[in-house]
Amino acid sequence: MDLAAIFSIEVVGAIATLVLMSIGLAVVFGMMKIINLAHGEFMMLGGYVAILATNRFGVPIWLSMLVLAPLVTGLFGVLVERLLVRHLYGRMIDTMLATWGLSLALVGIATMVFGNTTVGISSPLPGFAIGRFQGSGYTLFVIAVAVAVLAGLWLLFRFTDLGLCARASMQNAAMAAALGANPGRIYTLTFGFGAALSGLGGAVLAPVSGVIPTIGASYIAKAFITVIGGGSAVITGNLAASGLFGAVSQAVTFATTPVFGEVALLVAAVLLIRLLPQGITGRFFKKSI
Amino acid sequence: MTHASSLRSWGLAAAGALCVAGVLLAPQVTDTFALLALTVYLVMAMLALSLAFVWGFGGILCFGQAAFFGLGAYAYAIGAINFGPGVAALLLSVAVPAVFAALLGYFMFYGRISDVYLGVITLAVTLILFNLANSTSGSEYRIGEALLGGFNGIPSIPTLTLPGHDSPLEPEGLFRLVGLLLIAAYVGLRLLLRTRFGQVVVAVRENERRAELLGYDARLHKLLAFALGGAIAGLAGCLYANWGAFVNPGVFSLAQSAQIIIWVIVGGRGTLIGPMIGCVGIQWMVTALGGQQTVDTGLVLGVVLAAFVMLIPRGIAPTVMGWFAPRARPVATGQERVR
Repeated sequence: MDLAAIFSIEVVGAIATLVLMSIGLAVVFGMMKIINLAHGEFMMLGGYVAILATNRFGVPIWLSMLVLAPLVTGLFGVLVERLLVRHLYGRMIDTMLATWGLSLALVGIATMVFGNTTVGISSPLPGFAIGRFQGSGYTLFVIAVAVAVLAGLWLLFRFTDLGLCARASMQNAAMAAALGANPGRIYTLTFGFGAALSGLGGAVLAPVSGVIPTIGASYIAKAFITVIGGGSAVITGNLAASGLFGAVSQAVTFATTPVFGEVALLVAAVLLIRLLPQGITGRFFKKSI
Repeated sequence: MTHASSLRSWGLAAAGALCVAGVLLAPQVTDTFALLALTVYLVMAMLALSLAFVWGFGGILCFGQAAFFGLGAYAYAIGAINFGPGVAALLLSVAVPAVFAALLGYFMFYGRISDVYLGVITLAVTLILFNLANSTSGSEYRIGEALLGGFNGIPSIPTLTLPGHDSPLEPEGLFRLVGLLLIAAYVGLRLLLRTRFGQVVVAVRENERRAELLGYDARLHKLLAFALGGAIAGLAGCLYANWGAFVNPGVFSLAQSAQIIIWVIVGGRGTLIGPMIGCVGIQWMVTALGGQQTVDTGLVLGVVLAAFVMLIPRGIAPTVMGWFAPRARPVATGQERVR
């Protein structure tokens, strides 16, 4: 019974980790139909901001993680959209390649600035015990942040003017423009917002793994796979794909080793794309956000 | 054949003869160190050639060309250790990736998967191989005599011994073999693209539905092109294992796949020669940058990739060829994109 409880918390934790890893990319892909391959480096940036602000300048960890990191990464995202992504709209593959170039360049810059070593920060929450088993309190926090992010996104899309404009531009940019929305501005904001979510994810996951300039590479593949597996509906698709992949990988990790857990995730993704080429929400929950 | 095109054919034949002569004579005039560096450039040029064909002519964006390269290297290593570094090991290193590519291609193309979704699958498969190869440390992971070695890879792979020879290839011999195989692969692909099969592959790239409505099986043509690309990448992997006598899971890494894509982008999609030039140029640049400490190599590579996508999206070779090509014919042919 205790084992089952710990196991379920770990599974939900794995799902929440995937959500945080991919939601920034999902927002940008779902709304703008572009794949930002520098997403992993946005997460890396968020992680560095959170850790350095706390370690060097004594900013409280919660403030640097939940406010500062998304803010800085979001502003950086706006800059990237203005300078790079804006010129490549409608050329999906080229956008992917250009942001891949950006990703390599950011890794290079981070290596020059921070050096090729892992910086870490200790997990700010104590563990807890269920019977004979010990769980990590930080896993619960990761789950809480993931739930808050998804709920916040849903409220934003569903109930605010900005969310309405964003969804309208995503469906038909020309029509939205004719009705008075400004797609250029909305795209900039959406990209910046997606970057902020990436930064938040990177910051929240930083105490788990530490941060190193090349950490983006370990995020991007899973994030990319989760987003494409989820399909075009941002929230439902992301939740469904994260749920499927997270559960599969965590169950296999429990039964064998983390390496096979990761392999199981990738195999599940390959099979999913084969069966549902448009992602989960290309077939199910089509009307969802 | 018109006068101009016959002149062109003669020019090409002369250029080919010059290349062969260069490959055969280069070991006489360079020292061993330079020769080894040149050998790996040519090996990587063959890898670039494989993606140039698959992506530039087949229209298949493969994020996992490194998977076939790595499979070829591992297949050669395992074959050479188990049954000697002969032709059998060489053939194995071509057959394994080709069959793997064909199976993967069947899975993807007969599932009607295209575009970015192909990218996801090829990327995922490469990462699966990377993870698996990394986790095979320990004496229980062995294929016959060959220990897979996990993260550390397979060291001291025996060098290829050609039939009729008693001793393994010297660096000079390996260079000549690599050079001749590269020329053969290039010429072979050029000729293949002139055949009906090659033209249908290009037609599918241009417009898959139209090619199908004309009665061609797009899935089969893509699958065969993909498998051929896998075979060439596998051959490059085999030569790479011969060059370094060593292979580790790094051949499956994301960085390796990224490099191949950069070579093709810089050199130019839709040509065979461009990506090879891009590959040699980029490798030369990386080597030069490796000698200094101020600028990180990844930073320069990233800026080059982004700059080419933004400013010279066609790549070097098509842009340069555009300068020398005769002015556009006044009649619209509807073939602007056939290169």
